[in-house]
Amino acid sequence: MAGILVFVEQRDGDVRKASLQALSEAKRQGGAGGTVTAVLPGSGVGNAAAELGAWGADKVFVADDPNLLRYSAEGYAEVVAKAAETALPSAIFFAGTAMGRDLAPRVAAQLGVGAIPDGVKLTLNGDTFSVRRPVYSSKAFAEVDTAGKTPQVISLRPNVFAAEESGGSAEVVAIDGLSLSIRALVKALVVVAGEELDVAEADIIVSGGRGIKGPENFALIRELADALDGAVGASRAAVDAGWIDHSHQVGQTGKVVSPSLYVACGISGAIQHVAGMSSSKIIVAINKDPDAPIFKIADYGVVGDLFDVIPPMVEAIKAL
Amino acid sequence: MNCVVCVTSVPDTASVIKIGAEGKGIDEAGIKWIPSPFDEYALEEALQLTEAKGGEVTVVTYGPERAEAALRDCLARGAHQAVHVLGGEATLGDSFTIAKVLAAALKDREIDLVLCGVQGVGTDCSQVGQMLAVLLDLPSIAIVTKLEVGDGSLTAEREVEGAKEIIESPMPAVITCQKGLNEPRYAALKGIMAAKRKPVEKIEVASLGIEEGADPFYRVESLTLPPEKAAGTIIQGVDDPAAAAGELVKLLRDEAKAI
Repeated sequence: MAGILVFVEQRDGDVRKASLQALSEAKRQGGAGGTVTAVLPGSGVGNAAAELGAWGADKVFVADDPNLLRYSAEGYAEVVAKAAETALPSAIFFAGTAMGRDLAPRVAAQLGVGAIPDGVKLTLNGDTFSVRRPVYSSKAFAEVDTAGKTPQVISLRPNVFAAEESGGSAEVVAIDGLSLSIRALVKALVVVAGEELDVAEADIIVSGGRGIKGPENFALIRELADALDGAVGASRAAVDAGWIDHSHQVGQTGKVVSPSLYVACGISGAIQHVAGMSSSKIIVAINKDPDAPIFKIADYGVVGDLFDVIPPMVEAIKAL
Repeated sequence: MNCVVCVTSVPDTASVIKIGAEGKGIDEAGIKWIPSPFDEYALEEALQLTEAKGGEVTVVTYGPERAEAALRDCLARGAHQAVHVLGGEATLGDSFTIAKVLAAALKDREIDLVLCGVQGVGTDCSQVGQMLAVLLDLPSIAIVTKLEVGDGSLTAEREVEGAKEIIESPMPAVITCQKGLNEPRYAALKGIMAAKRKPVEKIEVASLGIEEGADPFYRVESLTLPPEKAAGTIIQGVDDPAAAAGELVKLLRDEAKAI
């Protein structure tokens, strides 16, 4: 057993950025002493497959089947398990997206091994990985391994590992002989209108909390997010008050994010919120309470009323 | 409509985490244990389903003696039966072993739907539900925010990045429950009193043919606290917010190179 198999996720034929990050990390890790093989299930994904060589894949297994047009945990797991039987990798990487976090444990259980979710740093010892992952909502970090079990099924936290074009090319091989016995199947994918950019995928996030006072004031948060080309996030207080949908919630009972810039507006910094965003590269806090705990983890902070600070901030950004 | 709800006990989400003496786990002194918050959505959904369609809710946990409190809490809210598999301290975070234990405890029961929280808060793995489904040979749907149960089948909405997936599945099935699915009820005093008299079935993990710690799939080598963060640059913006905003934008561009 050697090499790394990387599950590649696409939506309507477009490969997800987080999967390119996982592929690039597999390449940076030297394929754990073997080759980097991508596995891409879908329907009409031939073009996407051919491009994966540029992101680090030596070889791409494609399962192109109308029954794989939409995601199913069972169908996709069968494809990955089949690719693993052929490639015999020492590790299988998944991007830690909603799909990857669902699929990885199913694949692992099918292969009779465990899985390590949400890796933020990988260390190769011989041909197996030791994985650093946040636990207790990022209040601690665990260094974990699979106690000698292989293949090591590992999911990688999105936006932590860089996607790098390596300029290589990959051999594309079709996977066939699939039985695809699928029980639970996605019948429709409903894209949330006007909210294309999800906090889990955004490189810049502007979040509002209790301090924005009401649902109508998310317009101000959105204005700043738009100026920065970012996504709109929210604290639990704002979500529980019914001001914005839960899909925006960042924190322990929402999404865990690692953007390059996180701007917290009117968010006090409760431990449950910090848990979801403390691994952001640059944290900015805008809050009128100088003692708000959010300032303890902020790289930059403005003590002031967000309603007075955000409008000139938007102007200044637009003037750049 | 018989529902099984898998619950786990976790440190209160507001707990201050300290590292234990061996450097591989947390110092449990002073920790208050609560049912994992996501499990409350799983329990509530099961209670509503059985209230509407009949049948029973069985709650099951795998954990040490103290985990019984989580089962009592579920009984107080209306669960009918409780199963406590004793153990689990050596297998914390080892999702596959936990799934094996739960599968062994559940395999002979008549189940229409298994409901788990989307993840156990603390170990934050989000894996047991899907692994349990594979071991019981059932379909699984993770991160469910809406559920409609029909005759032998269900339709669920699942939260994904920037979209919702609408999924149809036959039952029995395993779902993992996310915030937004429902509003969990509180236990009424009457329920709390009644729960004290309800029996909790105790199962020793060894009696399921599983030797704890003998064959781990997930091993913690070390547990450490995150490094202390250096103090940031704080700008006073009460008197002249426009100047503060300008300075912040300048710092973000020139110093942090974040915009």
